[in-house]
Amino acid sequence: MSAREEILGRVSAALKDVPRSAPGANPVPWAYAAVADVADVAGLFLERVEDYRAVVTRVGSDGLPAALATALGDSRRVVVPSGLPTEWLAALQGVEVVTDDGPLTAAELDALDGVVTAAAVGIAVTGTIVLDHAADQGRRALSLVPDLHVCVVREDQLVGDVPEAMARLGAAVAAGRPLTWISGPSATSDIELERVEGVHGPRRLHVLLVG
Amino acid sequence: MSGTFVGMPTFPTAAKAALDNAQQRKNLHHATHTIRDKRARVVGEVDDWEELRVAGAAIKDEVLTHLDDYLVQLEESLTRAGATVHWARDADEANRIVTGLVKAKGTDEVVKVKSMATQEIGLNEALEEAGIHAWETDLAELIVQLGHDKPSHILVPAIHRNRAEIKEIFEREMGKVGQPAPAGLTSEPRALAEAARVHLREKFLRAKVAISGANFAVAETGTLVVVESEGNGRMCLTLPETLISVVGIEKVLPAAADLEVFLQLLPRSSTGERMNPYTSTWTGITPGDGPQEVHVVLLDNGRTDALADTVGRQALRCIRCSACLNVCPVYERVGGHAYGSVYPGPIGAVLNPLIRGTESAVDKSLPYASSLCGACFDACPVRIDIPELLVHLRTRVVDEKRGGLPSGEELAMKGAAWMFSDAKRWERVQRGAELGGRVLKKKETLGRIPGVAAWSDARDAPTPPTETFRSWWKKEHEKGEHA
Repeated sequence: MSAREEILGRVSAALKDVPRSAPGANPVPWAYAAVADVADVAGLFLERVEDYRAVVTRVGSDGLPAALATALGDSRRVVVPSGLPTEWLAALQGVEVVTDDGPLTAAELDALDGVVTAAAVGIAVTGTIVLDHAADQGRRALSLVPDLHVCVVREDQLVGDVPEAMARLGAAVAAGRPLTWISGPSATSDIELERVEGVHGPRRLHVLLVG
Repeated sequence: MSGTFVGMPTFPTAAKAALDNAQQRKNLHHATHTIRDKRARVVGEVDDWEELRVAGAAIKDEVLTHLDDYLVQLEESLTRAGATVHWARDADEANRIVTGLVKAKGTDEVVKVKSMATQEIGLNEALEEAGIHAWETDLAELIVQLGHDKPSHILVPAIHRNRAEIKEIFEREMGKVGQPAPAGLTSEPRALAEAARVHLREKFLRAKVAISGANFAVAETGTLVVVESEGNGRMCLTLPETLISVVGIEKVLPAAADLEVFLQLLPRSSTGERMNPYTSTWTGITPGDGPQEVHVVLLDNGRTDALADTVGRQALRCIRCSACLNVCPVYERVGGHAYGSVYPGPIGAVLNPLIRGTESAVDKSLPYASSLCGACFDACPVRIDIPELLVHLRTRVVDEKRGGLPSGEELAMKGAAWMFSDAKRWERVQRGAELGGRVLKKKETLGRIPGVAAWSDARDAPTPPTETFRSWWKKEHEKGEHA
């Protein structure tokens, strides 16, 4: 007997006391995709992202190129996904912008100073940005290997809490796209529970909220 | 991980040794109380926490009571998404499958995301035997691995080590397996984390194969989920060409929407954060993004035995958050090693005997590693009634012992039954006790009692009274009659 047959057989033998029913026959006492009661979604988002010691700035859409240039600081070479709006980069000076058309190897990405991406969703209560790796966010390695991640979130992408976020992201998951949920820079508390920001992922996260 | 838990002594023996380690007790007290307080703060922010717990338990129960259906659905979804699904009856079979897959890629090293399932099956040891180096990439797991040590906590496995010990381990061991620790390394956590970053980065950029577990596996879509903090998970899940995930069969969730419940329950219960820094989800193969060869090993290894226990099966709801460890007065004092398993603390005291059986000395002793205070149930995000399970498993251990030579405890109970069954007999015994009480009247408690030392070593019994209630009553009653 194959391992598959044997395990499935063990499962059904183990459940012989349970009256058989179709999956989903017992409704879960939970109202899915409920909208959280948050008065100032943008305000809470800014506060909660900052709580993780990420840098977060609110700008009008006119101010985005300048804010982006400031956020990149002294980065000399940055990578952007192929679908990133080019007008966002209009104010950059003395910064070499590399696009990921190649595609770049992990070692090439490691030699870059930063990355600029858009986002899919921002969650106020948890201070989280979620990437669904659409064309303006790029493949996963892009926003992982460089040491600075500048992430642009539009105000209309903000939701109150996790259930609303999952509702918005369901289609991307169903389409087989990966998701990356980011709440602050990478961090560890493994040594005497003392929090250190910046381990393997980008050590600096700068979120620009537009709108 | 280089140490294994095979042949562990019983919990009381190991606990006694652990209690003598004052440094470890200090570390554990600090750690458990810090995380406990953080958890309480962020759980307190959520108005519908109890509703979330009820929902989490209901979703898991729905999965467990239809587990065969959901596993078949998960396999279909994964296959459709380009992943290859393997089934492993036990640890040996899982290790054989993974070792074979790595060897087929012609590589002698893999990078690993922290995974309880792969620790449970001793995968690193199996890979080493096959000549494959398995690099743990979580900082705490790296400390444990480089220190040739064993994990002692589900969330923070190196919590028994302090910064000075970690610095010493890094300086001594890193150079033997790759990039050495930098000259002039200090014991500052920031400096130690930086040393780990540099040490591991060359391995991330070079590795052809990564091995992970999964916190959740969505049946409807074939999506796997890894929840982490450091970014080592993202590195492993993204950069190598081949990804192998070892997933316990109880990790299934019906639909992606169910993640809205568990992504609220898990981070708050585990690290005491509103959200952990990174959560990655992937669905088989994404063309042009991440590993282009994806394998999923579905692992039984005793889980179906736990499922067959009608009371015990609720333990399979466990999402490995470790909230129960941090609130447990027993764990706080003895630490994780005494439990003889990668699953320590209250959940380990029930999960290990359920999935490994109650044949070994340590598994027989684990259901007793508790004062039944109930704090673990209150903290559990999926409402596992751990105290109920402990009592249930104690019954099982006692029942399995019946027959054969009676133990001292059984003889004592038989003696007590004989004594209590006759009023005259009981009175005579009490009179004997009064005499004893008068002899011992300066003492308030009895310490070690010869003959029953196994019981009395950890408990103080009160000395017998100089006068029993019955003698007193008789005396007072007779007085009354004379008045």
